[in-house]
Amino acid sequence: MRDPSAMLIAFVLPPALLFFFGYAISLDVKDVNLALVVENDGAYSRDLAAAYAATAYFDITPARHRKEVVRELVSGDLTGFVVIPQDFDARMADPHRAANIQIITDGSRPNIASFSAGYAQGVFNTWLAGRAESGLTGIAGNQLEPQAPIQLEQRFWFNPELDSRSVLVPGAIALVTTIIATLLTAMVIAREWERGTMEALLSTPASRAEIILSKLIPYFVLGLVAVFGCTLLAVEFFGIPFKGSLGALLLVSSAFLLPALGLGLLISVVSQSQFEAASIGLLLGFMPTLLLSGFMYEIQSMPLVVQLITEIVPARYYVASLQSIFLAGDVWSDLIPNILSMLALGIVLFGLTFFKMREGLD
Amino acid sequence: MLGPLRHTIIKEFITLIRDPATLRVLVAAPLMQLLIFSFAASMEVRNIHIAIVNEDSGRWSQELVRRLESASFVDSTVVLPSSYGLEKMIDQRQVLLAVHVPADFSRSIDSGTSGKVQLIFDGRRANSAQITFSYIQGIVNELNNDLRSGAILQPTASARHWFNPNLIFMWFMVPSLVATLALMPVFLMSTLSVAREREMGTFDQLVVSPVSTLEIILGKLLPAVFAGMSSGTLIIILAIYAYGLPFNGSMSLLLLSMLVFVCSIAGIGLTISSQCNTQQQAFLGMFGSVILIMTTSGFFSPVDNMPEYLQLLVQANPAKHFMDIVLGSFLKSMTTAEVLANLWPMAVIGVVTVSSASFLVRRSLH
Repeated sequence: MRDPSAMLIAFVLPPALLFFFGYAISLDVKDVNLALVVENDGAYSRDLAAAYAATAYFDITPARHRKEVVRELVSGDLTGFVVIPQDFDARMADPHRAANIQIITDGSRPNIASFSAGYAQGVFNTWLAGRAESGLTGIAGNQLEPQAPIQLEQRFWFNPELDSRSVLVPGAIALVTTIIATLLTAMVIAREWERGTMEALLSTPASRAEIILSKLIPYFVLGLVAVFGCTLLAVEFFGIPFKGSLGALLLVSSAFLLPALGLGLLISVVSQSQFEAASIGLLLGFMPTLLLSGFMYEIQSMPLVVQLITEIVPARYYVASLQSIFLAGDVWSDLIPNILSMLALGIVLFGLTFFKMREGLD
Repeated sequence: MLGPLRHTIIKEFITLIRDPATLRVLVAAPLMQLLIFSFAASMEVRNIHIAIVNEDSGRWSQELVRRLESASFVDSTVVLPSSYGLEKMIDQRQVLLAVHVPADFSRSIDSGTSGKVQLIFDGRRANSAQITFSYIQGIVNELNNDLRSGAILQPTASARHWFNPNLIFMWFMVPSLVATLALMPVFLMSTLSVAREREMGTFDQLVVSPVSTLEIILGKLLPAVFAGMSSGTLIIILAIYAYGLPFNGSMSLLLLSMLVFVCSIAGIGLTISSQCNTQQQAFLGMFGSVILIMTTSGFFSPVDNMPEYLQLLVQANPAKHFMDIVLGSFLKSMTTAEVLANLWPMAVIGVVTVSSASFLVRRSLH
């Protein structure tokens, strides 16, 4: 604790991380760079172009020819382009020929490509429906169906605006806690092994469990401080709703800190140096929390083998619990199984650590 | 001049290789991560569970339910007679969404007005909810077209995806992992290098040894660069031969870019390291930087989505430029000019970081 870096990690890193997850990462479609290639000057084309320019999803760059924009799609300056072809107006006016527009996206970033294509189609369909209803459609347009036979209404429980930040920020809290409880702990205790001070401590009359506990408690407290600090920031600064209770947050976070600290301790025991502790910590602590905990990527969509692996990632249960506490409230039927899973993982990890320690010391 | 330099480098390599754990970290770790993360990280939605509340006994609701049940992204459906019990199912994450078909659904369609279907999503899984909504929209659009058949030709908007026509997420993920997994070992080794010697007290020995400052700096940079290059190259080879990704660009340009990328990262690492007295401090510095570099590289979300001022700052992130080059080389058959357009900012960053590292290490030696 004498080391100022421990204080730095508790008070500077968490808000910095939260800031990046709150601002830099957004999975919402907004201001996507799209070019609009309008190949003719007709009234329909101009009206449709105006509809595209008016939407908040896209930042539209107008163009006259495809050639102008293809290069920018390759260089990555554009996410895609929409082509309103030469014969669009002629076809709109002719009941026997269907008018078509083309949407081309940069598939090398599949996620944003599919969202953008979906929204671009949505803008077109809305425009079409608007034309049909207002009766401004001309010869063929009068026969456009004003309404689709089936209409979808969508509602999002717990997160009506479907703000991806509300989901990512609880994930960032899990990440911060992992850094403190697993990575920092692994490094600090690995240093003690490296220097031999741990062996010296263990040869004193104090019991093994007492020594380990006295090493871990400061990080347990540090972890909780970080969780509550982050929560305060998330609510006050990012405006994330907090529907649950602080008691539930404390319970869930304590339950998560057990396996997280256990993993850190185990890493420190099996690794011989701080360098190794740091790399194993990254591999087994940080990366799984980032990619396998369900806050970035949906667990159910993973292959079965990987889904089974996520079962032993403690952060998976923590992220799910945090999302419930923040967005839905104290849903005990969801929280209790998660807490039990985390406690079970914690017991296994501590058991393994003591086993390894005895092996190493004897 | 080359004599002592050679010894410094050999010494660094020996410290590197003597420790079998380091090799494990350098070879086994990237392989494991590639394997797990390339399969795990996907924005496609599959195997989801749906609850269907069907209050309508007409044929159109049955048709809709049939199409939903046979959709490829759906793993199981539960048909409920009423919305009783629905809340609990969503609360406990048993289903991602509920489809509610009202009693007048088929009647409305037959009478020529619209039948409304309500979709209720678990907003805690915002991303999957959004993607699943677009899938269901697709199914309903198809059904709408079938219901209209016989009517006049509707204008359409057709979408095509260049470079990756079927939007296979792995084609994005694996090249991105080239950047990430080249970055990790370089960062780890360069940030811990000087700090480790300081902590152990061997840094002072360096000061009095006959090697020059330049040699010390190169001796610290080169092993890290070597580790990053080998890890990155390994992933490129696996991407092409094991994952069967298309590679349309120039391999020599990609490797050159990777070298510049890795050097610029090593420069950042050494800069941090020169300011730290303990490995723990160095590790924290590395950690903060890795997160900053990764979150703003376009790996998680597109740079376009970030606030304007952040987009400007991101230009100073070498990983952003390298990501563009890797994706461009694999999928887009990027031309030399386009690679160079991303390469020169990275080279500038590299020169800045390596010289600031040299300056700081030099200062701390004297």
